[in-house]
Amino acid sequence: MLKGAQTWVFNSKPAILSTGVVGGPFEKNGNLAEDFDKFYEDLWMGQDSYEKAQRILIEDAVDIILQKEGIKEEKVQFFITGDLINQITPSSFAARTNQIPNLGLFSACATSMEGLALAAFLINYQGAKRIITGASSHNASAEKQFRYPTEYGGQKPPTAQWTVTGAGFALIGSGNDADEKPHPRILSATIGKVIDLGISDPFNMGGAMAPAAVDTIERHLQDLQIDPSYYDLIVTGDLATIGRSIALELFEQKGIPIKEEQFKDCGLLIYKKNQPVQSGASGPGCSATVLYGHLLNQMKSGRLKRILVVATGALLSPLSFQQKDTIPCIAHAVAIEYI
Amino acid sequence: MANKNKTKTPEQIQYDQLQKKHELKRPILKNCIRAFFIGGLICLVGQAVTYFYIYFFNFTEQTAGNPTVATMVFIAMILTGFGVYDRIGQFAGAGSAVPVTGFGNAVISSAIEHRTEGYVLGVGGNMFKLAGSVILFGVFSAFIVALVKTILTMWGGF
Repeated sequence: MLKGAQTWVFNSKPAILSTGVVGGPFEKNGNLAEDFDKFYEDLWMGQDSYEKAQRILIEDAVDIILQKEGIKEEKVQFFITGDLINQITPSSFAARTNQIPNLGLFSACATSMEGLALAAFLINYQGAKRIITGASSHNASAEKQFRYPTEYGGQKPPTAQWTVTGAGFALIGSGNDADEKPHPRILSATIGKVIDLGISDPFNMGGAMAPAAVDTIERHLQDLQIDPSYYDLIVTGDLATIGRSIALELFEQKGIPIKEEQFKDCGLLIYKKNQPVQSGASGPGCSATVLYGHLLNQMKSGRLKRILVVATGALLSPLSFQQKDTIPCIAHAVAIEYI
Repeated sequence: MANKNKTKTPEQIQYDQLQKKHELKRPILKNCIRAFFIGGLICLVGQAVTYFYIYFFNFTEQTAGNPTVATMVFIAMILTGFGVYDRIGQFAGAGSAVPVTGFGNAVISSAIEHRTEGYVLGVGGNMFKLAGSVILFGVFSAFIVALVKTILTMWGGF
């Protein structure tokens, strides 16, 4: 049901029934290693290209979900996903493998929450019984497309971010099917507007995306007429150090009472402090793996009850920044409660 | 809100100021010092290689340049292939980018990166993706300098 300007409230509270989270070698050495289901030691994942390797991540995450739930692909009505690579080939090629009816998405790193919001919407209105949604990224394939060759010795500025190698996927089902046990359930979702405040440096994504995150959070709170304290945690996708501190200042300017300890960022959670990631992590796989791995585990262990996940995406292309265009950004928010 | 032209809205100008306050600046002094020493170190190795060719082979100071460059690029190739050069690059910045080894790294890293698209369209087509502009503008600026020199010597009477 639409509430306010751009927020959906899901009366049936679709449940996150199961998750599959796969990572690469760098994530294995990271801060949240115990929250992943599977790791690859090698960035190639036994494939002959990084793009194919990314497809393997997606396929594995889906397989893990199906195995955990003990169901076959036919029991899932839709597969909603996207990634950063041209024409979202890793996602579409993974959909070729699993043969689940596919909806391809692109919102850059906000794809994870766009998928979750759409999945919850479809489930809520009986458009499907089960949907697998999620997002993936691969460090080397993203670097290849957006920046320089992996082995090129260019110096990255301290504002740069490290693309996560990983895929985080979840099986979403109708709230009624999962009534007996408590599950993480999707309460509402806010679809963001594209915001561009004139940042054009592709090595400063956090700075470009912060206003989009702030705008979506502000609209979400307004639409639902709630206070930030309604949530135990408001977590952004990949604002990293710079984006997060800008967002906090913007909240203060706008008079939104979000406490610093209540406002976290997936891009700052996933890696250890000593890993050379400059400002933090990024990529669609960043928010997807942190939410479907770490944050849901925190909810299941009772440390978090109600969270708002705001995935942020920089909608640039390698062409657009070479043509000196500024970076338009988007953020989608999904509220999840463990009940 | 998006704008292709250079004029920024007042909102964007205001945000730019806010953003600059939080943006982590490049540590320019530290980068310069690191670049100075690592760049110097690479040149020192190059000098040693030059002397090696002069003392052990039949090269003179004028002719030792070519085998030295080839050797330095070869070393850069090995380091790039083993995934070391990009780490040196992150540490040293211009220090490892400006010497000929940096040029070698740009060519070789592109070749490795696009190997997956085949030898012709991948390696062949992309090898000079980064280094191509170095060659173009290097040759062009050499041409301009030579032109100026020619004009000065012909008409200036130097």
